[in-house]
Amino acid sequence: MSKVTRVVTLSINDQEVTGREDESILQVARQHDIDIPTLCFLEGLSGWGSCRICLIAVEGVPKLLPACMTYCAEGMKVQTENEQIKAYRKSILELLFSERNHICSVCVSNGACELQSLAQKCGVDHVSLPYRFPDYEVDSSHNLFRNDHNRCVLCTRCIRVCDEIEGAHVWDLADRGIDAKVISDLNAPWGDSETCTNCGKCVQVCPTGALVQKGTAVAEMHKRRAFLPYLNAMRGNHG
Amino acid sequence: MSDTITKIKVATIWIDGCSGCHMSFLDIDERILDLAPHIDMVYGPLVDLKEIPEGLDLVIVEGAVANEADLHHVLELRKKSKFMIALGDCAVSGNVPSMRNPIGQEACFERAYFENADTGQQIPTNGVPALLKNAIPVHQAVKVDLFIQGCPPPADAIFFVLSELVAGRVPDPTKVTRFGA
Repeated sequence: MSKVTRVVTLSINDQEVTGREDESILQVARQHDIDIPTLCFLEGLSGWGSCRICLIAVEGVPKLLPACMTYCAEGMKVQTENEQIKAYRKSILELLFSERNHICSVCVSNGACELQSLAQKCGVDHVSLPYRFPDYEVDSSHNLFRNDHNRCVLCTRCIRVCDEIEGAHVWDLADRGIDAKVISDLNAPWGDSETCTNCGKCVQVCPTGALVQKGTAVAEMHKRRAFLPYLNAMRGNHG
Repeated sequence: MSDTITKIKVATIWIDGCSGCHMSFLDIDERILDLAPHIDMVYGPLVDLKEIPEGLDLVIVEGAVANEADLHHVLELRKKSKFMIALGDCAVSGNVPSMRNPIGQEACFERAYFENADTGQQIPTNGVPALLKNAIPVHQAVKVDLFIQGCPPPADAIFFVLSELVAGRVPDPTKVTRFGA
């Protein structure tokens, strides 16, 4: 506890705000009811910064930065929305939709999906890029849950919650770039996993219909995440 | 609204979809009477006309472009129209018809016409248009001016968009519908 954390003053969308220098722009923005859309970020898990939906503009910095991984500094001037940011967010969502087979109408998470609601929020009315239509498998080997790779956005929330909260580290990311894929154990079917505790935390934090409970029909999968702030509070984890 | 009402010439088409979007359009119920003075329905599943007429103001497309006839129809409709709407997720994104794409045509034919056929196992070729390799959204075949998402888009969303259009405004349908709505 020797290091002193300073409180700094910065501006977000021309509004003067204060934050600790170990807090992210996203945290401080949300404390002040300034909305920044997110996808891979989930309160209670470590930051990852991969989806780039939360991109913000910082005066004097030539490129956009992810709000979840950018920390407060004295005198910082932040804009959370401009034409460039809006266009980037739309492009990212279009890339995600074109990359795999996200068919909302026949998804168990229809109506309760973060990718779907982000698309609406960011004004994605169609995907201008050609769809890839890749051939991904659906892993139904687990007796309680299912992993539909067609609907995965590689946010890694499942990997983080399993490692950081459950402590089992069943999930990992295999391969790179367009071939990247979430795997259980050393790429064994989920049902054969020797490390999975069947807790279902990965299912509950998944933003889409990739990790789901078996036995759910279209639009029936609603994720329950109350365990996350509860466990963090009980364990004394902050930030 | 001006005193002298000029009717806009509207065509609709049902290609690779389930007709649910047309049903949802009819679900605007008595509000169709508000649109009727402004719209002249000249072609589509609700009209008995075999040839696509010239000089269309608005074309509403339901369904994905999945075979050669679909492609032929949207190309002709686009050529003859000023404004084209992709209505519903099949037209906007490919939706359910596009679920065959990763599987491949051969495997689909095998399942449909051999594995699941007790008699007369053969791939139909007479009187049916050839399938395209992939079922694609309409905007990947021709230019689309407005996208109404949903499976089907809610009747309220369709009415909102059409009444805005006849009033001379181009609305943002994402305010009233979304993918899978």
